[in-house]
Amino acid sequence: MVRRSPVVIKMVGITKKFPGVIANNKINFDVRKGEIHALLGENGAGKTTLMNILYGLYRPDAGEIYIRGKKVTIRSPNDAIGHKVGMIHQHFTLVPPFTVTQNIILGLKFPKGVLKVGLAEKRVTELSEKYGLKVEPRAQVWQLSVGEQQRVEILKALYRGAEILILDEPTSVLTPGEVRDMFKTLRSLAKAGTSTVFISHKLDEVMEISDKVTVLRDGKFVATKKTSTTNKRELARLMVKREVIFRLKKPKAKLGKPALETKKVSALSDRKLLALKEISLSVREGEILGVAGVAGNGQRELAEVIAGIRKATGGKVIVKGKDMTNRSPSEIVEAGVGRIPEDRIDMGLIMDLSVKENLVMETLRDFSDHAVLFFPKGVFLNHSAIDKYADKLISEFKVITPSRDAPSKTLSGGNLQRLILARVLTRNPKILVASEPTRGLDVGATEYIRRKLLEQKKRGAAILLISEDLEEILTLSDRIAVMYEGRIMGIVPARKAKIEKIGLMMAGTPLNKIGR
Amino acid sequence: MRFPLKNLSRGLKAKLPKLKVEKRPYPSLRTKILWPVLSILIALGIGAILIAAAGVNPLTGYYHLFHGALGDAHAISETLWRFTPLLLTGTAVALAFRCKFWNIGVEGQMLTGATVATFFGVSFIGTSSWLLIPLVIISGFLAGALWAVIPAILKAKFKVDEVVTTLLGNWIILYFVAYLVEGPWRNPTSLWPESPAIAGSAVFPRLVPLYRVHIGFIIAIFFAILFFIILRKTVWGFQIKATGANPRAASFMGIKVTRVLITVAILSGGIAGIAGVSELCGTHFHMKGLGFFGGTGELSWGYGYAGIFIAMLGGLNAIGVPVAAFFMAVMIQGSRAMYRATGVPSPFYYAMQGTILVCLLLGIFLTYYRIRKVKG
Amino acid sequence: MEILTYAFFITFLAMTFRMATPVLLGTLGEAFAERSGVLNLGIEGTMLMGASTGFIVTYFIGDLWLGIFAAAFIGMAMGLLMAFLSVTLGAQQHVAGLGITFLGTGLSFFLYRLFVAPAGGVPPTIVPFRPIEIPGLSGIPVLGPTIFTQPALVYLALILVPIVGFIFYRTTLGLNLTAVGQNPKAADTAGINVFRTRYLCLLIAGALAGIAGAWFSMAQSSQFLPGMTMGRGWVCVALVIFANWSPYRILGGALLFGGIDALQTTFAALGVAFPYRILQMFPYIFTIVILVAVARRATYPAALLQPYRREG
Ligand SMILES: Nc1ncnc2c1ncn2[C@@H]1O[C@H](COP(=O)(O)OP(=O)(O)O)[C@@H](O)[C@H]1O
Ligand SMILES: [Mg+2]
Repeated sequence: MVRRSPVVIKMVGITKKFPGVIANNKINFDVRKGEIHALLGENGAGKTTLMNILYGLYRPDAGEIYIRGKKVTIRSPNDAIGHKVGMIHQHFTLVPPFTVTQNIILGLKFPKGVLKVGLAEKRVTELSEKYGLKVEPRAQVWQLSVGEQQRVEILKALYRGAEILILDEPTSVLTPGEVRDMFKTLRSLAKAGTSTVFISHKLDEVMEISDKVTVLRDGKFVATKKTSTTNKRELARLMVKREVIFRLKKPKAKLGKPALETKKVSALSDRKLLALKEISLSVREGEILGVAGVAGNGQRELAEVIAGIRKATGGKVIVKGKDMTNRSPSEIVEAGVGRIPEDRIDMGLIMDLSVKENLVMETLRDFSDHAVLFFPKGVFLNHSAIDKYADKLISEFKVITPSRDAPSKTLSGGNLQRLILARVLTRNPKILVASEPTRGLDVGATEYIRRKLLEQKKRGAAILLISEDLEEILTLSDRIAVMYEGRIMGIVPARKAKIEKIGLMMAGTPLNKIGR
Repeated sequence: MRFPLKNLSRGLKAKLPKLKVEKRPYPSLRTKILWPVLSILIALGIGAILIAAAGVNPLTGYYHLFHGALGDAHAISETLWRFTPLLLTGTAVALAFRCKFWNIGVEGQMLTGATVATFFGVSFIGTSSWLLIPLVIISGFLAGALWAVIPAILKAKFKVDEVVTTLLGNWIILYFVAYLVEGPWRNPTSLWPESPAIAGSAVFPRLVPLYRVHIGFIIAIFFAILFFIILRKTVWGFQIKATGANPRAASFMGIKVTRVLITVAILSGGIAGIAGVSELCGTHFHMKGLGFFGGTGELSWGYGYAGIFIAMLGGLNAIGVPVAAFFMAVMIQGSRAMYRATGVPSPFYYAMQGTILVCLLLGIFLTYYRIRKVKG
Repeated sequence: MEILTYAFFITFLAMTFRMATPVLLGTLGEAFAERSGVLNLGIEGTMLMGASTGFIVTYFIGDLWLGIFAAAFIGMAMGLLMAFLSVTLGAQQHVAGLGITFLGTGLSFFLYRLFVAPAGGVPPTIVPFRPIEIPGLSGIPVLGPTIFTQPALVYLALILVPIVGFIFYRTTLGLNLTAVGQNPKAADTAGINVFRTRYLCLLIAGALAGIAGAWFSMAQSSQFLPGMTMGRGWVCVALVIFANWSPYRILGGALLFGGIDALQTTFAALGVAFPYRILQMFPYIFTIVILVAVARRATYPAALLQPYRREG
């Protein structure tokens, strides 16, 4: 029945170049009415770029777009909305202090420009009941969970009468239970005639929800298949060039003493709400403890408390047996903790400073250890030592940069992360706290960074790995802790971990309440 | 609500469909110098319109301007005499802006420095120069530093925006000085509201007899070099740059950003205070009241505000700031000469400050972005 | 104490409204700019341009309202320039704003010297706005001689408060501009033109600042003096934080400021012996104090200071 329905979207020969990469290279893409069409590809394959073009956020360098048979030029999201296209971005585009309704009606026209909020609230309620998208129209968005925010995003598109819905990696922020609910909604929308583009890099989901799959690789179109006539193995082969998906083997390491411990640590979020509730963890030398959970359940705060940039309001952080609670970042680094922050661009690096400056930032003391004239140590920088050190790290960690003096902002995402790794790992930290170390990186960079983490473990480092990417947690960790609303729901050994169990914990069921 | 702009921007779009703005991640040194210089030339072009509006041939006007500032030894000495406080205030501002401490209170910090120096300079008549000059310099430094560190503390402790507090500080001290020289400190023998003269031993010696350049010039050069060394060679300078570029990341990487902020405010305000001392002991010898131009002191002549202009024109950079300060000195000195010779109103240089800054921002944009025509 | 008489009270209250008017106008404008995500530090210079242009036009043409229009127009021109620098070019807002203030401060002085009063002579004057008694209402005790006997610009400023409130809280424009200042990416994806919205807000901010400036040369006094706004533009930047970007609280803040400011004038008018230079410091000290009081709780528009650019 799906095959007979008309083509609503036809993208032909779409090309988009960014400095240094061709994100989309002559891509063709069709979507029919009422179909759920998966757009599959690894990180960096160009999926988001292609859909941003359809939604008017980027202008293609070449190519044509037809909507319902008519050739169109989409200059802005407004044009796309006019063609009844709606997009839900991977990073939500909501205004946190606004209410649900205000967010939904944002950008819409009203007679004489005067808002009719009451009326809008009623329509929001109707729509949310019709499609089973439960939200409170008057709640402020910053108070909502990530899953609820996603529902607001979908409602926002539906309120505008979207008939073509683009969802960019919608499941990456959801618990397995929420994913099931969302699939239900998508199916009922499809039945009502809505076409859906479902962006993902997860094969299982694609097999489950889609009618058709288009695979992209390195910015190029690879194939479009009917889901019912293909299988996971074929899709995997299309998605990555290599015949076999590379599997990292967890190396064995000698377990040592507990190196990093948190004892009943509590802390507040930026909004002054309790974000960590008596977190107790212990990571031993030669071990990776993975912290899984949906974003926004306190992982960021946990990393920040250990890193020394957020005050613990209660409890203790113990590093190699020494109480390091609420010490300054420099003391914590000195104590042997290496930190790879979640936010590379805004926290891990200073983009306006040069590569070499970023490399020595945490250890300025080591580069000012000589007295000059009558000035003591610690006043003047030793530039030649800095240069030598920077050159060594750049070649050791294969950072691709025009020179050590280039501003960091000229580097690509993967190289930025290598820069941070170089800075942190070269000091052989006894303890490593890595938050989202591979988020947004392409396959090559991801693999490099995961290998490095495993190397560190083998060397005997105690690693706390925080990641939203459950696959990453399963691939790398020895034990897995699951966080939910600032608490640890349970810790399980990775060997015995069952996805269903972890899913339940991610949704808030403590381990001791889960039956065998 | 209908947007009146809608039609306008549509019209513009229809006319300019084929321009594309591209980022130049790596501008060459040539580009980096070319555009700022070009933008100053453009600004001078706009200045020519202002001169023409006054009914004067711009070439004649500019001739008198540059001749009056650089034409002979006396003119150059006068220019350097103005350059002295401008270099100090420019350096003070550049240092602060480097760590994004938006100190626009240099004018007030100058006055604070001069006020305290006046107190010592008038009270300690008869003291040797070897004692009194260091005393006024150090006290002026501390006073200026105090006036700058208060906003810095308010920023660190209470998150109070320093743009407003430093600026309002100018007005507070301005009226306080007016109160002093019109009331308790008033010199009874003077027609104008001003303090009695400072001790002769507090007066800054001139570098060359009969020319007005004084040892303040040497002090200014000293601080300019200090600024250079701090930024290029020291750990502290590194921390200032990092804090200015991204305070969150800087503190993540172990830099104590509050300490950096406070110390920068102290040095910045201190240098500004010395600029005030230098004007007091090298130029005016009396503490003076309100200037004619609202918000400026008769003693500071708006040099504190000019420091903001100089710092920005100089790209907050240790080489650019002295060049910009010299340029500004030429503009001020030259505008007066142009006024005497041709009658173009001397606030010409005030108007030029803004014109140059605006053009400079355009120039900076064109340094980092390229506008290209695209086909099709 | 004779200063606590009825006469004192009436003079003081009337003066409060007058002193509050320019900061009220300017701060309402600043609220537009900042709610849309642009810190407009050009307001002081824009005010001075308004003061000088309004005066020059009135001086030559003799029509006060034409002068006000000219002031609003020149204010919009300054706003347009600010928008070009900060929105289109994406320059640092602090720097762009300071540039605009330098430009306005210097140019206003230069043009005044050029067209009206060469240095040295007696500065010329115009006939300024006179208080208008509102028929019927000006007879009410206390309120009559204070609120209802004021120059037209006072009424204009007061009426603008609910109008701005309506725009901010009840119209699509208000929702759009607030969204642009909170999360421009979200606004963009919702189909709002971020650039156009910011331009519009800066034009409004400029127009209001221009009129605010004209108040000084055309209502508060009858002549232009360089720098005559005396830092009021900066006070606006402080008050908008104090008022948490809300027009009604801006009215409160402006009246508070006006009251402190009115003290000196009232004291002087009544011949009270208090060093008036010290009194002149009070409004500035007061502004800093209220800023310290609220700063920690201030919730700035999240995208303030951030230029917006689409990536592709
Ligand atoms: N705004 C941008 N500027 C520069 N490069 C970009 C931009 N957006 C995406 N890219 C690059 O384009 C490629 C494709 O990215 P994207 O479309 O986000 O991939 P996907 O969504 O499939 O993970 C990547 O190499 C990415 O780094
Ligand atoms: Mg993507």
